[in-house]
Amino acid sequence: MASAANFRTCPDTGLKVDRTAEALIKANAVVAVVFLAVGGLFGVLVAMTRWPAVHLLDADMFYLVLTAHGADVLLFWILFFEVAILYFASAILLNSRLATPKFAWLAFIMMVVGAVMANVAVLQGDSTVMFTSYVPMKAEPHFYLGLIIFAVGALIALFVFFATLVVAKNEKTYEGSVPLVTFGAITAAIIAVFTIASGAVILIPTWLWSMGFIANIDTLLYKIIWWGMGHSSQQINVAAHVAVWYCIAAMVLGAKPLSEKVSRTAFLLYILFLQLASAHHLLVEPGVSSEWKIFNTSYAMYLAVLGSMIHGLSVPGAIEAAQRRRGFTHGIFEWLRKAPWGNPAFSGMFMSLVMFGFLGGISGVVMGTEQINLIIHNTLYVPGHFHATVVAGTTLTFMAVTYLVVPLIFRREIILPGMAKWQPYIFGIGVAGISLFMMGAGTLGVARRHWDITFTDAIMSVEVPGTAFLMMGLNGISALLAGVGGAMYVVIVVGSVLFGKRRDEAVAKANPIIFDGGAAVANYGSEEQVKVPGTIVLVAIFFTAFVLYYFVNWKFLSEVWPLS
Amino acid sequence: MANKASETPDDQDIPFMQRLLDNPFILLFLGVASPTILYIVWGIIEVAQIPIAN
Ligand code: HEM
Ligand SMILES: [Cu+2]
Repeated sequence: MASAANFRTCPDTGLKVDRTAEALIKANAVVAVVFLAVGGLFGVLVAMTRWPAVHLLDADMFYLVLTAHGADVLLFWILFFEVAILYFASAILLNSRLATPKFAWLAFIMMVVGAVMANVAVLQGDSTVMFTSYVPMKAEPHFYLGLIIFAVGALIALFVFFATLVVAKNEKTYEGSVPLVTFGAITAAIIAVFTIASGAVILIPTWLWSMGFIANIDTLLYKIIWWGMGHSSQQINVAAHVAVWYCIAAMVLGAKPLSEKVSRTAFLLYILFLQLASAHHLLVEPGVSSEWKIFNTSYAMYLAVLGSMIHGLSVPGAIEAAQRRRGFTHGIFEWLRKAPWGNPAFSGMFMSLVMFGFLGGISGVVMGTEQINLIIHNTLYVPGHFHATVVAGTTLTFMAVTYLVVPLIFRREIILPGMAKWQPYIFGIGVAGISLFMMGAGTLGVARRHWDITFTDAIMSVEVPGTAFLMMGLNGISALLAGVGGAMYVVIVVGSVLFGKRRDEAVAKANPIIFDGGAAVANYGSEEQVKVPGTIVLVAIFFTAFVLYYFVNWKFLSEVWPLS
Repeated sequence: MANKASETPDDQDIPFMQRLLDNPFILLFLGVASPTILYIVWGIIEVAQIPIAN
């Protein structure tokens, strides 16, 4: 078993790099980008259909493409990329060999086979069940089987990650506690174990049911367990992208967390409570009690929100402290003005942080509240919210870190640097648009997952305000912008990996991209100077926006249901 | 106590929270147990209590 690992020494960091781990990171990242490209294109087609003036696809095709969009981007793009992050955070950051590389390759192959199988099933046309595949809607058996094979593959990858932690500890490749980024990856992996277990528990019987071996699956039970997977998988993303925020801040600026203890405790809150919020998907289900709903989505959930708020203070705080250490000490915001805005790794990360907090976080807490959820339940507000979390948050973060992964792991220089500089802004602005305009349309009552907002052939006519049409048009324009930003990303990444200049030792010396050889990423240690007035101001603005929006919604609810 | 201290010199000094955070497998247990009990099991109990229609 004791495979003689084959290491190279990284010219950028001096770290030992296990070549197998490196190859696996590359393979998973490449496949991830392929699914993003395909799934992103489907997203644009969906948005072009929901733009009433364009109304691109016919109804059948719309629902088919929407199913493929959800599965390809939410499951496949993100999970392949996350597996790459897990291998990076274990083998590379801990200076260790990757445990059981054969199993890691098996995991990769299973994930590819499963993802392709599910795509084939959807594109054949008889599995248009949305990625949530609520029973009693029935897909073809190979749709469920594809998802199951994919999930088992991902589970094997998680075992490889945990085994690598054990190997690193036993072989003493690091001392003391693991670095914070690795700790964040551990958090993501733990949530992933629960996610995949829930998925297996519900998808295996559903697969058997689709073949006729089981007569009936209870619809409410399905939803409870399915959302144990569906929601928790989003929390893998949150833990992973927060870890990547710390990683990028440390790599680009040498930023260290203000307090290792506090940041780790925030991750612990994620481990304990984040997954309970799965219940917010069942807030209007009859059959489960308000106690269950409110405990899981409010009392316990707010502890996880607290974790996010700690990270929301800690990440910009770390950046501010690092910038002040470098001499940007004038006034409250010099550190922010003089941040490396031309570096796509940094700009993508910082925009993601802001949009995740302001758009995704605030709307999430509002819609996770049982009472005010009613205003927007099942409207386009919901996709508006989660494009802020999972696209502006996770996807933009993963794009940003790619600008470091390509030179450090693929050992290639980024081609078209001028375009790369603009890419996060174009994608970011587009995504902010689709989030805001879908939320706007949702507030006006436009349903999600709907081909025709006017309900043309319905028996009772439905009145849709003109502003809703405007919102859908603006959403379409934003979708095009996001599509262009996404295409730029794919061109830059694929082009750099294939044709970028090789980053050998000389190039690495001439064009250093990470601060101080990445010492702040690979080691335990807090910032010493923790006066961060700029961050405090930003946090105060955030709380003001949060409180105002929260109460506006209660006011709005009182108007929806006049009680006098 | 005193003579044992030399065998595992620093094990005793590490604070509880740090030992917890340094052990991914205890964290894994907690992270799976919490949602399984509070969300899944409690939820299933509620569904199971819904009376069957005749
Ligand atoms: C160019 C980028 C993108 C555009 C223009 C876009 C647009 C859209 C639109 C218009 C919808 C349909 C809402 C509805 O009719 O209910 C949608 C749904 C969705 N999108 Fe995106 N999206 C993009 C990228 C992404 C990414 C990167 C992710 C995940 C990481 C994502 C995840 C989802 C999910 C999960 C749904 C819900 C599908 C369902 O209701 O079954 N999207 N998107
Ligand atoms: Cu959720």
